[in-house]
Amino acid sequence: MTLQEEFNLPSRIESVDEAALKADDFAKKSGLGDDFISSIDLAVRESVANAVKHGNKFDESKIVEIKLAKSDTGFEMSVRDHGSGFDPEEIPDPTDPENLLKASGRGILFMRAFMDEVEWTNADGGGTIVRMKKKQ
Amino acid sequence: MSDINISERQAGDVTILDLEGKVTIGEGSVALRGAIRRLLGEGKNKILLNLGSVGYIDSSGIGELVSSFTAVNKEGGSLKLLNLTQKIQDLLAITKLLTVFDVYDDEASALASFN
Repeated sequence: MTLQEEFNLPSRIESVDEAALKADDFAKKSGLGDDFISSIDLAVRESVANAVKHGNKFDESKIVEIKLAKSDTGFEMSVRDHGSGFDPEEIPDPTDPENLLKASGRGILFMRAFMDEVEWTNADGGGTIVRMKKKQ
Repeated sequence: MSDINISERQAGDVTILDLEGKVTIGEGSVALRGAIRRLLGEGKNKILLNLGSVGYIDSSGIGELVSSFTAVNKEGGSLKLLNLTQKIQDLLAITKLLTVFDVYDDEASALASFN
């Protein structure tokens, strides 16, 4: 059986907490354990923060679209922004010694560390979709 | 309610900031930045951040710890961390920042290390 939920949020900082709360409710309803939920929480926060900040650049006329799904094989989530596109390869490795003291650039590292699969695609009609999966 | 409460204690010439709540994008990170800037403005540059009651930190909060560290170093001081939760320790390990920060799990040892 697959449980699904979709919602849209405006591009403001408060949406990060709101998305995390909704994902937390969804994960609990889906019967996922605390460690699993903690990983989802971090991935949701980082991906929505990226969408609000770097994708939609705080333009509240642009929404962030979030889809959550739980199936027998695990948890999947996608977050879409309406920005000008994004290439994860262009983000410098924050664990490289020369980047260790940079103030930003660690969100993607966290998403990759806590989820099993993370991929970015350009959305039809513009924007970026990040899809993440955590296997069960 | 505020995302974060920061209270200040003085132990000799070391200022201890007890953080409680969330150090995340937005209010939490901004509050920490403001507290560090204020201390540096007052000439207080030996700073111990007690993170024992920080329930949540994200990449923005980790970035703010790094910015605080470099800002304090630039003023000839030092910023150290006390009482990392397991989650924060995991995130600092993933980011390889455990090699950057001086980390303590008891206050007396942390204070002694400043001298």
